[in-house]
Parts: sequence; C-alpha cells; structure tokens
Amino acid sequence: MKTFSTYDPEDFYDELIVADGSPRPGARLLVDMIESLPAGDLALRQKAAEALLLKMGITFNVYGREEGTEKIWPFDIIPRIVSADDWQQIESGLKQRIFALNEFIQDIYNAKKILKDKVVPEDLIMTSRTYRPACEGFTPPKGIWCHVTGTDLVRDSDGLIYVLEDNLRCPSGVSYVLENREVLKRTFHQVFEASRVRPVDGYPSKLLEMLEYLVPEHIVSPTIGVLTPGIYNSAYFEHSFLSQQMGVELVEGQDLVVDNGCVHMLTTKGLKRVDVLYRRIDDDFIDPEVFRPDSLLGVKGLIGAYKNGRLALANAPGTGIADDKVIYAYVPAIIKYYTGEDAILPNVPTYICRDDDDRAYVLEHLDQLVVKAANESGGYGMLVGPHATAEERADFAEKIKAEPRNYMAQPTISLSRVPTIVGDRIEGRHVDLRPYVIFGEEIYVQPGGLTRVALPKGSLVVNSSQGGGSKDTWVL
Amino acid sequence: MPATPYRLKDCAYGNCKIRRKKMLSRVANTIYWMCRYIERAENVARFISVNLNLLLDMPMEKGNHWEPLVMITGDQKVFEKNYPDYDKKQVIRFLTFDREYPNAIITCLAAARENARSIREIISSDMWEHLNNFYLELSDNCSPDFALSDPHRFFKIIQMRSHLFTGLMDCTMSHGEAWNFARIGMMLERADKTSRILDVKYFMLLPQADLVNTPLDNIQWSAVLKSASALEMFRKRYHRITPRNVADFLIFDEGFPRSMRHCVAKANVCLNRIDGSAPTGPPQNAAEKQLGRLEADLTYTDIDEVIDQGMHEYLDGMQTRLNRVDTTIGTTFFNIKLAANTGVQEQ
Repeated sequence: MKTFSTYDPEDFYDELIVADGSPRPGARLLVDMIESLPAGDLALRQKAAEALLLKMGITFNVYGREEGTEKIWPFDIIPRIVSADDWQQIESGLKQRIFALNEFIQDIYNAKKILKDKVVPEDLIMTSRTYRPACEGFTPPKGIWCHVTGTDLVRDSDGLIYVLEDNLRCPSGVSYVLENREVLKRTFHQVFEASRVRPVDGYPSKLLEMLEYLVPEHIVSPTIGVLTPGIYNSAYFEHSFLSQQMGVELVEGQDLVVDNGCVHMLTTKGLKRVDVLYRRIDDDFIDPEVFRPDSLLGVKGLIGAYKNGRLALANAPGTGIADDKVIYAYVPAIIKYYTGEDAILPNVPTYICRDDDDRAYVLEHLDQLVVKAANESGGYGMLVGPHATAEERADFAEKIKAEPRNYMAQPTISLSRVPTIVGDRIEGRHVDLRPYVIFGEEIYVQPGGLTRVALPKGSLVVNSSQGGGSKDTWVL
Repeated sequence: MPATPYRLKDCAYGNCKIRRKKMLSRVANTIYWMCRYIERAENVARFISVNLNLLLDMPMEKGNHWEPLVMITGDQKVFEKNYPDYDKKQVIRFLTFDREYPNAIITCLAAARENARSIREIISSDMWEHLNNFYLELSDNCSPDFALSDPHRFFKIIQMRSHLFTGLMDCTMSHGEAWNFARIGMMLERADKTSRILDVKYFMLLPQADLVNTPLDNIQWSAVLKSASALEMFRKRYHRITPRNVADFLIFDEGFPRSMRHCVAKANVCLNRIDGSAPTGPPQNAAEKQLGRLEADLTYTDIDEVIDQGMHEYLDGMQTRLNRVDTTIGTTFFNIKLAANTGVQEQ
C-alpha cells in the first residue's frame, strides 16, 4: 500500500507534505517508514495506541451531557513535525510575549502606566469580566502573575505562524503532551530515535521548580499542592497526572481550611500547613468570601491568606485580564510598550466590536469572519461565519449589537493541515498548536506542545470538547 | 537537573528536599473504601460460587437454592421489587450486573474505580490500569452472556482479578499510611464476608434441620470451604469435615488468611502502624480500642462457646461489631473537619 501516494494537501499548508506530494525535510524518515509498513499495519498501530490510551484511562470529561461523562482522549498516531527554525521563532516569540503580559498585569493592578499613556483604553480593562478589583495594589511573590500559559498558535496558508489566543487562567492539555509522547515512543520508536526529537518530559520538574521558587526562603520543606475542582472537572485527569508526576498533594477545596491566617490541609493526623497551590480552579470559584459566594469548590479565606503572603498561588488570581479576547488585540502594542521590541509572533488581524468602524465591518462580513466572545473558552460562544447558517449569523449579529464590548472578530484562517488516519486512509485535517510556558526564575517553553486536530472533515474547531483530537508534536 | 541557587541555600544536605508527608483525610477514606469495594465484589463472586458448587454436588435436589444468596445480603426487598423469581438467571443478574443495586459486583467495581480515579496520584499506575481494565471488561456488553453460559469460569475470573489487584498493591505501592488504610478496609470487609459465607450454609440448612451430619451435609460444608478457597488448608489442619471444625477454622484459625481472627489481627497491625502505637501498648484512640478488643475476643473465645451461643447469633454479633469499628475509623481519621473547626488540632 502506498500510503501517501493518494494524499492530496490541496490548497492548504501541510505540515508534513509539500504540494508535489513529497515530504518536508524533517518528515522524510517518518513518511518513508509509514510507506514501508505492510498493508493495514498503520491502522493496527492506531488501534493499538487507542487500546493503550483506554487501558491507561487517559480521559477527559465532557460537559453538557450526563455529568462527568468520561471520554477517551482522541489521538492520532501520525505526529506533527516542527522544524528547528520554526521552533526557534516560536520559543523566542513566546518568551517575549509572556514577559510582556506579566509586566502588563503587574502594571494594571498597580501603577496603571499603560492606561495613563493611553496604549490600552482604560474602560476596556475596567469593563472586563476578568478584571479583579480585589487584586489592586497587590504584587504576587517574586512579581510573577502568569506562571503557566498555554498560547494557541496557528499557521495560515501563507506559511506564517500567528498567535490565535492566550490562555493565562488555567490552561490545560499538557498532560496529554506527555502521554501522547509515551504512546508514540512505543508506536514509532525507530523513527523517533533516528529523528532526534526533543524530549518533553522535563515539564513536571520545571513546574515543580517554579512552584518551589515561589516559597519564602525560610521555609525549608514546603508543602505544595495542586488544587482541583474534583473528578467531574473536564481536566481532572491532568490535575491528577501533574500532582503524581511532581509528587505533590492533589487537594480539593473540601480538603483545605484557613486557620490562623494560613491555609491547612485536613490530614488523618490533624492540620498541615500548605505553602503553594498550583490552582486549577477559576478565580470565580476559588474563595466564596471574595468571589462567587455560592461556590462550593473553593476555600473560605484563601485569598486573605494569599494577600498576606502566607500562601503562593499559581496562576495568580487576576491573570485572566490578559486573556480577555478583546485585550488580545492590544498585545502587540503591549509588547512594544514594555520591551521596546516588535512582536516576534504576529497576532491574527482582529476587529474589535466596541470600535464603531470595526463593528460595522464585522456585521457586514459575518459570513467571512470568526466571532468570539471575550471570555469564553473551549470553543463555546463562538461563530464560525463561513460554516454557520444565515439564522445563526443573524442571532450573533444581535448579540454583538447588544454587547459590543464583549466581542471580537477575525478573518477565517485556513489552518494548516497534517495527514491524519481516517478509517483506512490518510486525509488532511486542520491543526493548531498550544505550547506551554512556565514563568519561574526564568521563562521555560516546553519543546512542542499540544497539537490539536479537528477530526471532522473540513472542521476548523480543534477543542476536545467540540470533537477535536490530538497528535504528538515533534520538535527537531 | 541543575540545582537552583534557591535550592542550595535551603537544603543543608545537597540537592534533595525531603517532603514530610501527612495524609489527606479524604484520600485515606477513599483508599480504604476502594479496597472494601474490591473485596466486596470478590466476595459476592464467592457467594455465587458457593451456590454453584453446591448445586453441582446435589443435582437431584429440588427447591429454591438461589434465594438464600439474596437473603444473606439482606436485600430481599430490593430484589423482589425488581425481579419476579429467585431463579439462577435473575439472581446472577441482580448480584452481578444490576447497577441500581449498590452491592452488585459491577456497582462495587464502578465505585472502586471512581475512588481509584480520584487518588490516582497515590496508588501505583499498575493498580490503576488493572482496576480500570477489570471494570471495563466487566462492563462489556458480552459479560452477562458469559456469566450465564459459563458461570464457574466467570466468577473464578472475578476472584482472580481481585487477587491480582491485591498482589499489585502489595508489590507496587509503598507500604506507608495509604497502604495501611487500604489493608484495613480490605481486612474488615473480608472478615465480615467470611462470616457471611458461613451464614450461607446456615441459611441453606435452616429449613432442613434433619439433614445434619448426613453425607449431603458434609458435601455442603466442603462447598463452603471451597468457596473460601480453604479446603486444602483446612485438610492440613483437620482431616474430617464437621460443622464444628469448619466453623472453627473459618472463624478462629490464626494463620489462614480468610479466617475472621486473622483478618482482624492484620487490620489491627495496620491500625497500630498508622498511629505508631506499640502492638501491646495502650490504645491511642477509639478505633484502636474497639479493634484491639475484637481481636482479643477472637483470641480468647473458642468454637464450643460459639456453638453454645448459636452460630448465627454469634456471627451476627461479629458483623455488628465490625460495622462499629468501621464507623469509629471514620470518625477518628476521615471526618476531622469538625475537630478542625472547633480548634482541636495536632501539629
């Protein structure tokens, strides 16, 4: 079976195959290896990988159906390959971006220089749902706000890599990067060794080092925990995985109490003080005294202990202001403001609906644009114009008119594709890339990140909650 | 990994930081119950095996042999609400596959797996993968057909899977506090279920008192032993199968791993380890006190006293006491929130 002979990249940028059907330089070993497999072998390997994922219980939960419905992580064994040159640009671009965003968050909760200099409109910040007045005047330990970021990158048909959005609250998916790699090592080990793929498994150590860096220096043996909403959360697997890999506690809100101004865990032998929490609960739910009073997931008094320096939190509450999808449009200006440099990774062109001209354009061109709500994630609250019905577009137009501040729009990007197993053949499917960045003593970018793939033919939505899957990402 | 300056400053002994662990109450509770559920699933499989063995050994017998199985669970009402007759197919379906019934094998395994999922960072991956597979295979659509067409093999497999889990726990998980809580859960559940396996015979025999000491009676007692995987070990200690010997062995034998005395003693050892108590020292909390007293009673009671008292009554009393130990372990270790709120705490 000539596996790639019938493969057609069409008019899209393909990450593995160039237009004439031959492999890109870094992909040759892999493509040759797949070509040399006996008929049906690739499908068998795919099945074996899926069986492995099922056995290992690598799952995520989907909301909106029966509570806590567990789904096996959809995974395609053909990896996506990123060349060393591309990676160099991505890595330096992300370091620059995250550094600037951290400066930005510190600034807007404190001196507000960037607002006074009118680089970012003040009302935009003050009307953001993710702005936290509770953080005003506060500087977190070591001045770091966004300890862990997952920034979504896409490649357009012009071959250029763009930043699609920033995720600074509780970005998830990194555990799948590590597990995908485990599965691929077993599936394609020969190619894997010969290709000198950069390892990804340093992530838990880097994360732990960062968390330890946040502890005041006099504490010798800190207690560190991952704070999870519990097993019904969509990313529960990841919370459990990371705490296991770091060898730290996995705690729920019900395991913690604030006593004497400090946060403690309830153990079989009484209370035990906690020094750092990698929290995976959103701001809204983390402390019913400060944020949503109806939250059962959080811990009463947690924010008080945090603000008094008795506890470090990663990510800091309030970071969400920088991943408001409208503020995203200002990030190139933010980078310029704090670093004096131009952004290494460009933004996708963005129309801001609160701006009259932009809004008029958006309403007129809904059939060509992707519209996103400022604070939704996971593929919810968005309109993919070209794929929507006239009725859906009309509904969305009303929403935009009613609440222009809350929407932005971008041209539909024809996301690059990667060959993907579909039944017994290989077809191109659209992908994005989410690298993970840890901001501790220095900024670390995990080589690769999560390649998410839109499994339905022609689909551009890669979120796992919307039927997306994933691939291993090989940085050469 | 290079040590950061921060780490060097902090750690007098080089590049390692020792984390002194204390165990979350929720985690202790979860692992304790995870093991209880698995042991419970195994024992339901054992009950069914007792019955299958008995039926094989008395093919000519008429009468209702499946009702006692539901009787010993104490859940006749639940059964009768949903099932018309006590026949083999319905009882097996009820005890094995009925997700509405909390003590069905599949419900126990689903709960054990859910518990394991919420403490995956505590148990070993081997334990998790095995339990995950165990559950997935049992929930396969083909399982009910398999269970009915080849029940001996099916229920044997369930018992073996449970043993494999216990073996993995012993060999791949550190024998620390979590492991000790797991063992206590398993041992208390096993002691309770051994008493109930003995009771199966009691329920079978009750309507047929005239059969005592007949060949059929002996066949039934040996079936009971087989179901506790105890026949060979029993033979090494006693040569003749009599009700007295069987009961003595399953309640009081010091060395046999499913005897009640053995299970209670092992649970007690684990409890002492958790508290750091000396085995012969004074009890440090209500749980130690109750479990220690139970062990002492099992050491100083003999089978003649049990027979005088009435075996069923004795076993019933033991089950009540085991339940009480379970409750007390809960209040001592798992529900400390109240204590924390009232300011009672240890450091």
